[in-house]
This record gives sequence, C-alpha cells and structure tokens, in this order.
Amino acid sequence: MSHPAVTIRGLHKSFGAVEVLRGIDLDIPRAQVTCLIGPSGSGKSTLLRCMAFLEETSSGSILIDDAPLGFRTHADGSRTRLPAADIRTARRKIGMVFQQFNLWPHMTALGNVSEALKTVQKLGRREAEDRAMVQLKKVGLAERADHFPSQLSGGQQQRVAIARALALEPEIMLFDEPTSSLDPELTGEVLNVMRALADDGMTMVVVSHEIGFSASVGQKIAFLDQGQLLLTGTPTEVFGKPRHPRLDQFLETYLDRGAAMLL
Amino acid sequence: MRFDPALIIHHLPSILSGLSITILTWLIGTIGAVLVGFVIASARRFGPRPLGMALGAIVEVIRGTPFLIQLFLLYFGGPYIGLFLDPLPAGLLGLTVYGSAYFSEIFRGGFEAVPVGHIEAAECVGLNRLQIVKRILLPEMSMLVLPSAVNMAILLIKETAVLSIITVPELTMIVSAIGSEYYAFVESLFLLALFYWALVELCGFLGRKAEAKLSHFRLSAS
Ligand SMILES: Nc1ncnc2c1ncn2[C@@H]1O[C@H](COP(=O)(O)OP(=O)(O)OP(=O)(O)O)[C@@H](O)[C@H]1O
Ligand SMILES: [Mg+2]
Repeated sequence: MSHPAVTIRGLHKSFGAVEVLRGIDLDIPRAQVTCLIGPSGSGKSTLLRCMAFLEETSSGSILIDDAPLGFRTHADGSRTRLPAADIRTARRKIGMVFQQFNLWPHMTALGNVSEALKTVQKLGRREAEDRAMVQLKKVGLAERADHFPSQLSGGQQQRVAIARALALEPEIMLFDEPTSSLDPELTGEVLNVMRALADDGMTMVVVSHEIGFSASVGQKIAFLDQGQLLLTGTPTEVFGKPRHPRLDQFLETYLDRGAAMLL
Repeated sequence: MRFDPALIIHHLPSILSGLSITILTWLIGTIGAVLVGFVIASARRFGPRPLGMALGAIVEVIRGTPFLIQLFLLYFGGPYIGLFLDPLPAGLLGLTVYGSAYFSEIFRGGFEAVPVGHIEAAECVGLNRLQIVKRILLPEMSMLVLPSAVNMAILLIKETAVLSIITVPELTMIVSAIGSEYYAFVESLFLLALFYWALVELCGFLGRKAEAKLSHFRLSAS
C-alpha cells in the first residue's frame, strides 16, 4: 500500500493547562474512510481541527502527503511556524465539513461553492460557476443553486457545504459530526452523499456518532478516549468480541445510533 | 393666540433653508460617524491592545455624556486649546464624534456576531485574511448591524436640533426664531415636531425597505 495521506506522530494539544490530546499516533490511509469515535470531550473535534490547522498543535507533527502542516520540526525537536502562504498550500489538500455547516449566509448556494474558486483560484466567474455547478449536481442540489442558506433545509445546507469543500478538489475530506445538528429524517441524504464520495475513492476522516455508518462505511476505526487513541483497526478488529470494556461502555450509550447491531 | 398658516407661507424660504441645513448636517454627520465608527471598531478588533483600550475609554466617555455638553465644550471650550470653529463646522464635527462612538459600538457588536465557524470555513477553502475580511466578515457584519445602524441614524436626525444652541441655522433655530418673533411658540414647536417626525418616518421607511431586501439573509443569521 502507498504511504498514508496523513501521518500524525506524537501529537499533543493543550488548551491552557488542560491537555486535550495526549500523544496521538495515527495514519490516515489513502482512499479509505477512517472513522473517529469516542465519548464526548475525548478530543475528536480537536484532533480533526488540528488536521485542518484550525488548531495549532502543542507538540508533535502532522504530515499531509509527507509535507509538514503548520510547523517544521528540526532535528533537535524544536519547531518553527511555516509562513502563512505555505500553510494555505498544505491546507489546499484538505476539505473540511462542519457540524454547523458554516455556509456564508449572504451568498447563494452557488456563491458559497464558487467563492474560493473565484477569490483563491482566480477563475473567471463563468468557469468558477460552471465548476461549482458540477459539485452541486454531485450532491443533488443543482436546482437549488440560487437559494440562500436560509432557504435550504439543514440536510441541503450540509450538502452545499460538502460541495463547497469538494469544489477545491481536496485529497482528503474531514467531517466533524456532519449529521449531528440535523433532524433524524435528514441525516440519510447527507450520509448517502458521503457514501458516494467514499465509493469514489475519496480519503475521508469522519467524526460521527452514527455508529452504524462508521461500522458499515468505515474501513478504519479509531477509538479516542480521554485524549488518547485506545483502539485502532478495521471495524471487525475494533467492534469484534472480545471487546475493550471502555468501548463497550461507549457503545451502550449509542444503541439508537446503530450501535445495537454490534452488541 | 391662534395658529396662522400664513406665517409659514411667509417664512417658507427660511424654513426650507433651515430644513436643508438640518438634512445636510444630518447626512454629513451620519456618514462621517459611520466611517469614523467603523475605523474605531476595526482598530479595536484588529489593532494593538493598548490602542483598543484607549479607544474604548474614549467611546465610553462620549456615550456617557450629553451631546449638548459635548457641543458646548467643542464650540466654547475649543478656543482655549486653539480650536476656533464656526458654528456649522463645529456642529458637523460634534455630530460626527458623538455618532461615531455609538456606531463603533454597533460595528463592534456586528464583528462579534459573525460566527467564528464562518471565518474558519473561509480559512479552510484558502481565503487569506484580507479576502476573509472583504468577502465574509464585512458583508455579513453589515447585514447584521443594519437594523441598529438605521435606528442610530434616526436618533441622529433628532440630535441635529441641538446644533441650534451654537447658532447653526438649522430647522430648530429658524423655526423657533420665527416663533419668538411672533409669540407663536406652540405653533412653531408643533411644526418642528411634525418636521422631525416626517424625517424620522422617511428614514425608517428606507431602512425597512433595505431590510426587507435582505430578509433572506437575516433569517439565517444565527
Ligand atoms: N477552544 C477551546 N478552549 C478550551 N478548551 C477546549 C477548546 N476546545 C475544546 N476544548 C476542550 O477539549 C476537550 C475535547 O474537546 P473536543 O471538542 O475535541 O471533544 P469531542 O470529542 O469532539 O466531543 P464531542 O463529542 O462533544 O464533540 C473538551 O474537554 C473541551 O472542553
Ligand atoms: Mg466534537
């Protein structure tokens, strides 16, 4: 197998005196879906945000395609921050999808998806919008291109947010609880888009409480507990019996999210 | 005492000139206040901390004292520090300074009301800081603050009346001069109230129209 899309080594992250991530080593395999699960407060979002450089790590390293993200680590272990332009370049390979969608409310769906194509990639308006339409079609929202976020349902907003990230043709897509703020009947449409993306061979990291989704679509499961990776492996390895008691405890609380079938 | 419409007709030219000075001072003062207020809010948001704190203190002083007194100090106290201003420039400067303190607070609230996630989403797709400010922060913030900004502009219409005490020949000064000349105080004050009310309604109407146009945005500003 080729080398990992993301390589995380010795990652620590503290907020003030609180150490939230306590030495994470994790490889994100290319063209696979890696699911991050774990109890609330275990540091899943923080880990994902570190990969998108929305949080700066306290120590350790993250390599995207072998290129350091944010910091260059020297032989003696010290780090220097990379210039902002380098950070933007490394980040270009990453697409991020948030729990709260975070669409820009003053732009239409098409505007949201084409914005970075225009301002960052400097494409002409026509070309940017053509490319944005391709992505909107992919998530099944071509007819809603002219709608503002406030005129879309939560599920539709999240699909626009996915299209917005895809428009920049990232190599890796990060999802932080993409369905958690949706009404139950709307989670399906978003999960379906994610499934299709996975089938297309996208490298994905998904934080989700949808245990059923993680177990069926995830090829690699990482169970995070109190800032440390307690378990990593294939779904069969992680969810199979005999099971780690902490994982058992965790699954008990998510029976309604598809964990029941695993017990 | 009786209400004599002929009085208004007779003095129409000077009333109109007063009205135009009121509208002019209000427009210039408001535009100045919006611009200066925006600069203050931006400096407090993006500038160095000591500058932000100093500006914050000044804003508090301005908001904590009556406009009347500020204007007196500027016009009659100014010469003590070598600031000699004619009534109109003094009035415009006073109105701008007074309004900018309030507008800066409105903009500051607007900056804070833009969800961090919207900025993060922009960072994630590669927008640089300047692009984020131009494309995301400013448009979103201006939509958010529109109702309170319109409200503030309306308040400033009424504050222009205070300029009469430093003899700016605006509507209040003209009409009350007519009133005292003919001992028609009630009529003139009534007339004034009507004028200001009409102006306020007009401004409010325009503001509501702008808001309606942007309603699709406001719904989702959560
Ligand atoms: N910006 C921050 N400042 C201080 N503490 C933070 C910050 N962000 C997260 N934390 C803390 O870090 C810990 C891990 O948070 P994180 O959001 O990564 O957990 P999570 O696993 O995503 O939880 P959830 O399932 O509830 O989303 C929590 O204790 C949280 O309070
Ligand atoms: Mg989280």
